[in-house]
Amino acid sequence: MSSTAHAQNNYIKIFIILSVLTVVEVSITFLGLPKMLLVSLLVIFAVWKAALVALHFMHLKFEKKTLTIVALAPFVLCVFLVLMLMPDIFPH
Amino acid sequence: MSEAVAVHGVAEANDTPLTPESWGKLGMWLFLAGDAMSFGCLIVGYGILRHASTKWPVPAQVLGINLTAFMTFLLIVSSVWMVLALAAIQDGNKAKFNKFLGLTILGGAMFLGCQAYEWTHLLQHRLPELNIFFSTNLFATTFFVLTGFHGLHVTGGVIYNTCVLAAVNRGRYQAKHVEIAGLYWHFVDLVWILIFTFVYLI
Repeated sequence: MSSTAHAQNNYIKIFIILSVLTVVEVSITFLGLPKMLLVSLLVIFAVWKAALVALHFMHLKFEKKTLTIVALAPFVLCVFLVLMLMPDIFPH
Repeated sequence: MSEAVAVHGVAEANDTPLTPESWGKLGMWLFLAGDAMSFGCLIVGYGILRHASTKWPVPAQVLGINLTAFMTFLLIVSSVWMVLALAAIQDGNKAKFNKFLGLTILGGAMFLGCQAYEWTHLLQHRLPELNIFFSTNLFATTFFVLTGFHGLHVTGGVIYNTCVLAAVNRGRYQAKHVEIAGLYWHFVDLVWILIFTFVYLI
């Protein structure tokens, strides 16, 4: 908070990275990559962008650990949700 | 904020998990975690329905992604304006704060305008052409539920930010309140990044 000027430069840097990642994401959908590879790449880019927003714009990187734990809880629960639904996703 | 720092010391405020000055932030994070579960359930449900369906249209071909890519960009820019607004009010620069929070609200409103246009176009022209109806087609149902739920969040965010702008100018809200509103707004941006990828691109 004391180094606001530095933080602002950082915000612009994050903004540029997010924009570039979005352009890359949209571009690779036109390349005709194999389905699995494309899906994996898109998921990696999406999680990367989401993490950038949470860490820098939402200041998680500079916050107390408690907030990070709160923020990660829904992701853990979603993994459990998918695991519990496995019998429906792959019947027999 | 400065009083709190004076009492507790900066280092201590960062180390202690719960301090009175962080309760508001903790509350917003708890709400967002719950809200993330709502979105998580919808996205997981969407994934499972799509996986189980024998025929599922290629989303990009039905929906088109040019407008949506622009909408993604709008929300990201709007998020940046929000952090700049927070930085401005932390520096005590009211004029700059008003400008950037105003732009944030404008970005959100433009996003909603684009979404209204997109939905109208899909419902009146694109989907009927392809014989897809949202009441009987899983692709269309999941699309409208997911983007609609997110659109409601954006609407809430625009109203929330407008209230914050008014409250700051009446002297009732300070920087810490803006930071909490910012958390909500960045969350809405974060969820859209995921929806854009899962619903439009994949």
